[in-house]
Amino acid sequence: MFRRPLTRTVLTGAALLAASWLAPGDAFAQEEEFDTALFTANNIWMMLSAALVFVMHLGFAMVESGLTRAKNTTNILFKNTFIPCVGILTYFLCGFNLMYPGEFNGFFGFAGFGISGGFAEGANTPSYASGGYTYWTDFLFQAMFAATAATIVSGAVAERVKLGSFMIFSTIFVGLVYPIAGSWKWGKGFLDAAGFYDFAGSTLVHSVGGWAALVGTLVLGARIGKYGKSGDVHPMPGHSMPLATIGVFLLWLGWFGFNGGSVLSADPALTSFVLVTTSLAAAAGCMGAILAYSFVSSKPDLSMALNGILAGLVGITAGADVINPTTSILVGFIAGGLVVASVLLVDKIKIDDPVGAISVHLVCGIWGTLAVGLFSTNPDHSLAIQAYGVLCYAVFTVLCAAILFVGLKVTIGLRVSEEEELEGLDLGEHGMRAYDLTGSPGFMEESGGSMKGVSLASQKLVRNEN
Amino acid sequence: MKKIEAIIKPFKLDDAKDGLAKMGVQGLTVSEVKGFGRQKGHTELYRGAEYVVDFLPKLKLEIVVPDEDAEKVVLALQEACHTGKIGDGKIFVLPVDDAVRIRTGEHGDAAIASS
Repeated sequence: MFRRPLTRTVLTGAALLAASWLAPGDAFAQEEEFDTALFTANNIWMMLSAALVFVMHLGFAMVESGLTRAKNTTNILFKNTFIPCVGILTYFLCGFNLMYPGEFNGFFGFAGFGISGGFAEGANTPSYASGGYTYWTDFLFQAMFAATAATIVSGAVAERVKLGSFMIFSTIFVGLVYPIAGSWKWGKGFLDAAGFYDFAGSTLVHSVGGWAALVGTLVLGARIGKYGKSGDVHPMPGHSMPLATIGVFLLWLGWFGFNGGSVLSADPALTSFVLVTTSLAAAAGCMGAILAYSFVSSKPDLSMALNGILAGLVGITAGADVINPTTSILVGFIAGGLVVASVLLVDKIKIDDPVGAISVHLVCGIWGTLAVGLFSTNPDHSLAIQAYGVLCYAVFTVLCAAILFVGLKVTIGLRVSEEEELEGLDLGEHGMRAYDLTGSPGFMEESGGSMKGVSLASQKLVRNEN
Repeated sequence: MKKIEAIIKPFKLDDAKDGLAKMGVQGLTVSEVKGFGRQKGHTELYRGAEYVVDFLPKLKLEIVVPDEDAEKVVLALQEACHTGKIGDGKIFVLPVDDAVRIRTGEHGDAAIASS
């Protein structure tokens, strides 16, 4: 997931390999004038990957709405609509050049507003990224990535956060916090120099989103009625398991682009390898979650199996290119077990996370990052450096998220009124139901006496009779 | 006339309807209701936490029949909706003062009889 700088080291090798695959025996001649067909093929794969990551936003929207209650569905869909849109715009405005500032001090750099760099000479030729992609593709792929970190937070704070406050939070988070944090590794910052490794974002995307989700839920508090006075947990079942299932499968599909695109070229061997480890970990995550949950209940829980798939995906993301297929199964399987244990523990300590975002993205994000230190085939990766990276991101993200959430809480307020929370944010924030049966036969308005549920024809009839 | 109100298990609706049809019952009103009896709800599980559902979903059938048919209808319903397990429901029989067929204005037994 590096841009230009790293591609010189890793991708030149990959490009040479790929070039020799296209034109055997002519590899050295190809190095200078990059094969146009190969450049085009690479770029198409990267654009397709951007499109796949885009689909993940639909996946998040479905998972989050499915695992929450029907009265908050319009609200959660609105947040999931807003985030990718504001994400791509802020990434255009400043995010891209914050995350990839070129030469900088390793902590904070900024290469200027906008993406006019795309008009620079050579920005859309093979010389830009060793023939992996163009400047425009680079921007689009990275922009699609950026918004996922903020989407992770949306699920954790669902069903009680004020819409306006969340919109302010996510704009700043996706526009400033994520790209600055990202620059430390993918922008060739100090963590990259230290030897920290995160292939596609177990830490840079998922645990960054997860830490913010944790802080958000702590500052907000639990949903009304979630925890009894005697410490008992009152589950609030999600309203649609079909939506949650659709969402998880869309996320898995999107992950082919999330991880597969992070190869940063269509290198045949490496992209297919990454898709294999990604899918094996997802499947093993599901198995791990099913097994772990069987110790809790004799009846399998679908939402846990689904969380297990996501756990496996998040877990393998940091090392999808450096962990062997067999080991990727182990990484995914452990992630699946971890996510179940974590969901139960998070509930036990009364942190109310309706969709399990903290367990999936934070816990498994950390696990995946450490797993690189344990299982990487590259001897340069070490557990200590991986842990150091995790810690750096924890401190920075928690600090930023705390400033944002507490700041919003003491100024414009972070939480909707008790009355609105009980009635549902769909009506409170939007005045719109997600499932409006008005006009259907047999449907009556709750308030009674209203004309809303009656067809226009019969309303006219009643008026005439009056 | 008597009104028969039966609270039954939702999946027994078809059996109840068939049993009543055999008796020659002309009309039936069904509503979805919730409540509890001696069964006192049941527990469900979501993401590792158990919770009690206090009010179980049931169906309420309402049938109005001439006095002389009431006993047979109650018996038919009881047989149709019986599983022998807790939660099968209850049947209530109430007196009815009058009935009116809205279309014709007929009163009493004539309003509920087939014409």
